[in-house]
Amino acid sequence: MRARLRAFRLAAWLGWQMESNWADLWLFAVYSIIKPVSSALILVVMYYVVTGGAAQTDLFAGVYVGNAFFMFVGQLMFGMSWVIMEDREFFRTFKYMYLAAPNIFWYLTGRAVAKFLVTALAVAVVLGFGVAFLDLPLAWGAVRWGLLAVVFSLGILACVGFGLLMAGVMIVSARHGQGYAESFAGVLYLLCGVVFPLDLLPAPLAALGRAIPFTYWVEGLRRALLGQGISPALAGVADATIVLVLLLSSLLTLALAALFYAWMERIARERGLIDQVTEH
Amino acid sequence: MLEELERNLRALRARAYVRVAATFRELSWLVFEVVMPLLSIGAYVFFYRALGAPERYVGYVVLGGAMTAYWLNVLWSLASQFYWEKQSGQLEIFFLTPVSLMSLLAGMATGGMFMSSARAVGTVVIGSWLFGVDYRFDGIWAGLGIFLLTLVALYGLGMVGASVFMMYGREAWHTSNLLQEPVYLLSGFFFPVRALPRWVAAAAGIIPITLGLDAIRQLVFPEAVDGLLPPGVEAALLAAAAAGFLFLARAALRRLEYLAKREGRLTLRWQ
Repeated sequence: MRARLRAFRLAAWLGWQMESNWADLWLFAVYSIIKPVSSALILVVMYYVVTGGAAQTDLFAGVYVGNAFFMFVGQLMFGMSWVIMEDREFFRTFKYMYLAAPNIFWYLTGRAVAKFLVTALAVAVVLGFGVAFLDLPLAWGAVRWGLLAVVFSLGILACVGFGLLMAGVMIVSARHGQGYAESFAGVLYLLCGVVFPLDLLPAPLAALGRAIPFTYWVEGLRRALLGQGISPALAGVADATIVLVLLLSSLLTLALAALFYAWMERIARERGLIDQVTEH
Repeated sequence: MLEELERNLRALRARAYVRVAATFRELSWLVFEVVMPLLSIGAYVFFYRALGAPERYVGYVVLGGAMTAYWLNVLWSLASQFYWEKQSGQLEIFFLTPVSLMSLLAGMATGGMFMSSARAVGTVVIGSWLFGVDYRFDGIWAGLGIFLLTLVALYGLGMVGASVFMMYGREAWHTSNLLQEPVYLLSGFFFPVRALPRWVAAAAGIIPITLGLDAIRQLVFPEAVDGLLPPGVEAALLAAAAAGFLFLARAALRRLEYLAKREGRLTLRWQ
């Protein structure tokens, strides 16, 4: 266990260096903030175009908060899976990681820590921007901190699971897997009702959405921060049930992802893909 | 002269072939690059529907979603391509070949357009069918003309980017990463660009997709009265941008190649 934690710590340090040392701190901070703020502003402009700048509604607040936190999903999935492409194709070190790291899972998770930290900063900035400039009804005193801490942690666990799932895809894919994590996160963005009430989806898609942990994660985060969600379908579900379903679905995701990765890894070894280099 | 032209055209074809072949070789990309992005733009469609937006906005999202394929391709597979080639040790081979770098970039652009068009066509056709988008068919041909003009200007911009990125290491990767969402915002990929302050929209006009998308929307969607400029004016600006970017790319490639050689950056990897 000690060796695994050491691999995790060193991978986190390596990830942070790779993420940040190409620029000075100020430039890096600006870089880390512009992208997520732009992403949030796309929704803000869409909202304003339709409503003509009408007063903020519960829908807007819920969408804004859900969108802000959902950044973790895309970033952690990308952070864990892109490592494979980067190490294998560009630095040609992935095979050495298999030789050196006690367990590749801890290495991949460690490499995503930098993404987690940068995304946490971005989420804080986006929420702060919303409160300061968009009248986001987010009051420090009204936040249910206990619920927030539990729900947030479980969601991050699910993010790690999906990241591992994506890493499994990446290990058998050619180099153009650059957009894979982003595409997959986009599908989850739709199915989990991040920017609209889940009830608007056609019934089969809504049912699929209810099987994904992020649906409950976003609902729980909205309840903890804003006091309510935006989906009538989940409005009658108790907080404890949301947490329980989130816990079980996150653990299940993690377990299935570990099995999937092991399966893909075996295929990659059989076909000699661990150190493949692809071009296009 | 003719021999040189033929050699450059063959280089163009060869470089494009790699991407066309790659499109068919690993079909998993169809799921991740065509089906999934299509689903992901659905989120914006449902957001508009939750707000009770006019139906033409659904069409705006579908068209904008399709154009993201080209923007991503220009960023990742053209502008920053020399960075990838440097990483994989191929850049020096490009410089040794007796052809113009413009021909190689044009080949990458042609192959890239092919790859991106598969995604874009899938998004427009399936997205329009799924979400019930209405088009004005009398504007289709003019819209198609502006679309092609937009692509020439856009890939010209990508070639300018390639010359700049040739000098850089990981900064190139991060710059491409940075130019995704902010450009989606500034170019109005998912809403009419006129919703932005006029000076912001005008500045965003430097990115050909801003004007192209705005013109196409005015031409192909009924009741699209929220354009930035008349489509004819936008077409003229795009034609000027296409010529300007291609000229600039040629000059920038020569200059940056010289600088990269002088500073020993052409073979500098992993920095």
